[in-house]
Amino acid sequence: MQHSTMNLTLKVWRQRNSKASGGFETYPVPGISTEMSFLEMFDVLNERLIAEGRDPIAFDHDCREGICGMCSMVINGRPHGPWKGTTVCQLHMREYKNGDTITVEPWRANAFPVVRDLMVDRSAFDRIIQAGGYISVNTGNAVDGNAIPIEKDHADSAFAAAACIGCGACVAACKNSSAMLFLSAKVSHLTLLPQGQPEKRQRVVEMIDQMDKEGFGSCTNTYACEAECPKEISVTNIARLNREFLSAALGSGD
Amino acid sequence: MNWQKVLHSSIGKKLVMALTGLFLIVFLLVHCYVNANVLFSNGAENFNRAAHFMGTNILVRIMEVGLFAGLLLHILQGYRLELKNRAARKSKYAVKAGGATSTWYSRSMALLGTLILLFLIIHLKQFWVPSRFGGLSEITYGNQPYHDLYSQMKEVFSQPWVVVLYVLGCFSLSWHLLHGFQSAFQTLGWSHSAYKGLIRSVGVGFSVIVPLIFALMPVFLYFGWEIPSGGLTLLF
Ligand code: SF4
Ligand code: FES
Repeated sequence: MQHSTMNLTLKVWRQRNSKASGGFETYPVPGISTEMSFLEMFDVLNERLIAEGRDPIAFDHDCREGICGMCSMVINGRPHGPWKGTTVCQLHMREYKNGDTITVEPWRANAFPVVRDLMVDRSAFDRIIQAGGYISVNTGNAVDGNAIPIEKDHADSAFAAAACIGCGACVAACKNSSAMLFLSAKVSHLTLLPQGQPEKRQRVVEMIDQMDKEGFGSCTNTYACEAECPKEISVTNIARLNREFLSAALGSGD
Repeated sequence: MNWQKVLHSSIGKKLVMALTGLFLIVFLLVHCYVNANVLFSNGAENFNRAAHFMGTNILVRIMEVGLFAGLLLHILQGYRLELKNRAARKSKYAVKAGGATSTWYSRSMALLGTLILLFLIIHLKQFWVPSRFGGLSEITYGNQPYHDLYSQMKEVFSQPWVVVLYVLGCFSLSWHLLHGFQSAFQTLGWSHSAYKGLIRSVGVGFSVIVPLIFALMPVFLYFGWEIPSGGLTLLF
């Protein structure tokens, strides 16, 4: 594709802290290359804002290669932008045309309070993981993981679920701010493997309990999460989560 | 975990929606089958006899109580979930993804449900109340007196606005089912590549065919159309 530059207008959500009420500010961003990533455009804009003595726009990012899950922007209403199976850092400016106006907002959910501008606090996810998203391993010599036989399709499904990077786009995309896709990926990932069996029941009950405490909404199966997930986690995992929860909650020993 | 705790969890609340929803789906099927009698040329007598059975059979009457309880639970829990879900995002998006990521009807279950509820209130007042609390004329078949619910239908559906209202009610029902049918199975965890496609197809078929048959009833009665029965009886 031919390299070219374009002039864009950004409408960006600015918010000083979680208590402040935010609002949109409009920035002209001229001379953006089609080869740049979406975050590089923000770098260009921020350098200019700093040079002008203005407050740069705070946004989260780390790996910039689609694996860490830090970048989080809702672009024209779409978490991680319009591309399928892509994080913001992997979205490139060739998607846009000269003269476009792009609206950029943070993930919006009570459970993800805005720290500043486009940065949100996703520690609710960490607390859900702490509640049960782990396996216990005995001390002593490490067991060779490869020595444990695992059914091929279970291994594949667990691997697909393990691709979740905990970015929170599922919550951002859901009209109910539900965290079920994230939770279902984490539960599926561990429950499908032999190592995940001992804590199987307790895990799902504790994690759901924590999710409910964090103030996420209830899933109504609109499947917007699956459509927006950069790792294309399937909603079949949510059905598995429901199954696991109901059998653990109603069928356990106590 | 005790069952109260389960029912208060977010998945438990949805379980209630799914189970009551499936129960209401079964009711729709029975209701549709019985009432489809009126589409046929021998509809009046067959329908009145069927309605008599439904109104007098003890098992059906007990089921009716269950039906109202299920309906009430579905409505109340539905509104509770809707309020809770709306409250989970205080600061709203300026730009919404809309149809790009989900269907409008999957996002509008509370609205569609409310339209169905409004329809139901009118519908119950027109048919259920007179058939349970009096107000219907009588007709005799083989020396036996029966409520003439068919005439009541004829009369109610002689008003064009009622016909339009019923057809609109069926559209709301169709969209509500289009999402609700497969959603109930997903909530119960019954989703597997082996039968996921089947559930979706049956769901779409049900959501289109059942409301369509319901919608045909007021239209047929208004225009005086009937399908020649050829002596065949749907039921009874
Ligand atoms: S399920 Fe997808 S959208 Fe949700 S946190 Fe994981 S990777 Fe992100
Ligand atoms: S910055 Fe790591 S996934 Fe985007």
